Amino acid sequence: MSGENSLRMGPDERGRFGHFGGRFVAETLMPLILELDQAYKDAKADPTFKEEFDYLLKHYVGRPSPMYFAERMTEHLGGAKIYFKRDELNHTGSHKINNCIGQILLAKRMGKPRIIAETGAGQHGVATATVCARFGFPCTIYMGAKDVERQAPNVFRMKLLGAEIVPVTAGKGTLKDSMNEALRDWVTNVEDTYYLIGTAAGPHPYPEMVRDFQSIIGQEAKEQMQEAEGRLPDMLIAAVGGGSNAIGLFHPFLDDREVKIVGVEAGGKGLDTDEHCASLTAGSPGVLHGNRTYLLQNYDGQIDEGASISAGLDYPGIGPEHSFLKDSGRVEYVPIDDDEALAAFQLLTRLEGIIPALEPSHALAEVVKRAPTMDKDQIIIMNLCGRGDKDVFTAAKHLGVDLNSD
Amino acid sequence: MTQRMDARFAALKAENRPAFVTFVMAGDPDPITAQQIVDGLPAAGADVIEIGMPFSDPMADGPAIQAAGQRALEAGQDMVKTLQLVTNFRQKDDATPIVLMGYYNPIYIYGVDKFIQDAIEAGVDGFIIVDLPPEEDEEFCLPAIKKGLNFIRLAAPTTDDKRLPMVMSNTSGFVYYVSMTGVTGSALSNPTDIAEQVNRLKAHTDLPICVGFGIKTADDAKRIGADADGVVVGSALVKAVEDSLENGKATAKTPSAVHDLVADISKGVRAARS
Repeated sequence: MSGENSLRMGPDERGRFGHFGGRFVAETLMPLILELDQAYKDAKADPTFKEEFDYLLKHYVGRPSPMYFAERMTEHLGGAKIYFKRDELNHTGSHKINNCIGQILLAKRMGKPRIIAETGAGQHGVATATVCARFGFPCTIYMGAKDVERQAPNVFRMKLLGAEIVPVTAGKGTLKDSMNEALRDWVTNVEDTYYLIGTAAGPHPYPEMVRDFQSIIGQEAKEQMQEAEGRLPDMLIAAVGGGSNAIGLFHPFLDDREVKIVGVEAGGKGLDTDEHCASLTAGSPGVLHGNRTYLLQNYDGQIDEGASISAGLDYPGIGPEHSFLKDSGRVEYVPIDDDEALAAFQLLTRLEGIIPALEPSHALAEVVKRAPTMDKDQIIIMNLCGRGDKDVFTAAKHLGVDLNSD
Repeated sequence: MTQRMDARFAALKAENRPAFVTFVMAGDPDPITAQQIVDGLPAAGADVIEIGMPFSDPMADGPAIQAAGQRALEAGQDMVKTLQLVTNFRQKDDATPIVLMGYYNPIYIYGVDKFIQDAIEAGVDGFIIVDLPPEEDEEFCLPAIKKGLNFIRLAAPTTDDKRLPMVMSNTSGFVYYVSMTGVTGSALSNPTDIAEQVNRLKAHTDLPICVGFGIKTADDAKRIGADADGVVVGSALVKAVEDSLENGKATAKTPSAVHDLVADISKGVRAARS
């Protein structure tokens, strides 16, 4: 139960988590945001909505995802017991589908048949295109022109699923520009369009809604840990880009103060360079994409480009609830750089036969640092939120392997 | 401090013609040329000047204004220089109202109270902040109004009658009616609808209603100005800047390209009710 001192009460009516969050959108969009807020409240109160959500998560996505004891990794690191919450085994290969199922059901309820979304690496784009195919809704995905080049397999996948891909050249052509472009589409096509945001950011109610749909991760983890070990874990570790997989794992544990919680940001080439995405550890509060949160920005409030080996973490902001959890001290946020993530990527592949995505590879690199310092009877749960098939080419490039030669 | 704005609209009402509200981007294509552009706007026919504060992520703007903001930022524009632009303008013109238009984050980072104070000293009359709806009034709108500045609201086709009273509260100067759902610079919607919309808004406010988004020519301005208290032209003017550049740099004809277009559209504004 969430009591008076609960950290799980947010957001308030105005969409604030402490002083983060909010609804910083153009007047044209404001009535739509309010309509969405009401529709989501109604859906939450309707048992048939939850029934349908649960049914699809079970039979279409394949939930619950396993809680896997990584025996060899544990042995190798020689400290805490390491468990992986295996959301990479979901349909479409990442946690993104959990949120897409929830939001597509909401779009259907609202009678908004045209779906738009932004995507960076393409994981959210693929998940969105997938649920649109499943429900027969036309789908337009905004993707930075650079990412379209870098992520050709996911682009093809989305096209196979029937989505229209719009390469975004505005601005610098990255994830944040794709989000700007999706917002421009929404402000133009207000009547029939539903904007399916992929992370726990954006204007209220998106951060709350995406968190709620992703919280299935933490709810299952709590039950599964109870079953496996008969207790709570000592530590949770997850990667944060926009922060949806992390908030999904963390939220059900926020009031269990004995559980230490760590969010891992993309340190890129290092925080002493311009090429990273560590908005919480190296940024400052500002207002972007409808909410107040920690951002990478300059002295004049202009937003910087993020940079990371992982396109999925390549966002200069962060979900507002993470900003709140940072300032409240409940969650510790740390950076992991490209090289550390790449080493963890290879380690997991060799030790456990699991090729992780580069996003959870960041979380894993933190596990590698922490586990040896902990006792053998302590337990870490790490969110293995995506599989690495999409990243094989990127990893090869960084490891100096030419896949085109024999 | 709203005297300039109220005096200007009162004078226009006496003349029985709509206001011509021009938008240009501060620092576009460079600080010196932008100063020349702004300084020449009143003589070319502008009644109210909106000056864009460039932002890296202009979510409600179309390609023309996005590009203008990028040009300005690349040329080193920042909030301090934008206020300097207004200070310089005020040394020559103390009558034309100036409205700063943009997004909230650069103001938030500058510091709300300091920005309001510096804007007053520079001679700014009001603000249009795209991503501050009434729901976020305490952030900036209320502090600005308290200091006597205008906080100009955007009203959109999606703003229904239930919402209008809220939109029309805590506001002054004029109301900016966004003629369509969409970004700046899109195609102009049907003028008949706009007349209806202006009347819908008038039932909720005594403030002048200026209409913008998509007005590009003297003819557009004439048609819209027949019903509205003002017409706003922005994308067409920054496009004129863009078209006058060579290799991305200002040329001798950059200021006059804007001023000639303003003079031309101004004829439409002045003929709107004749």
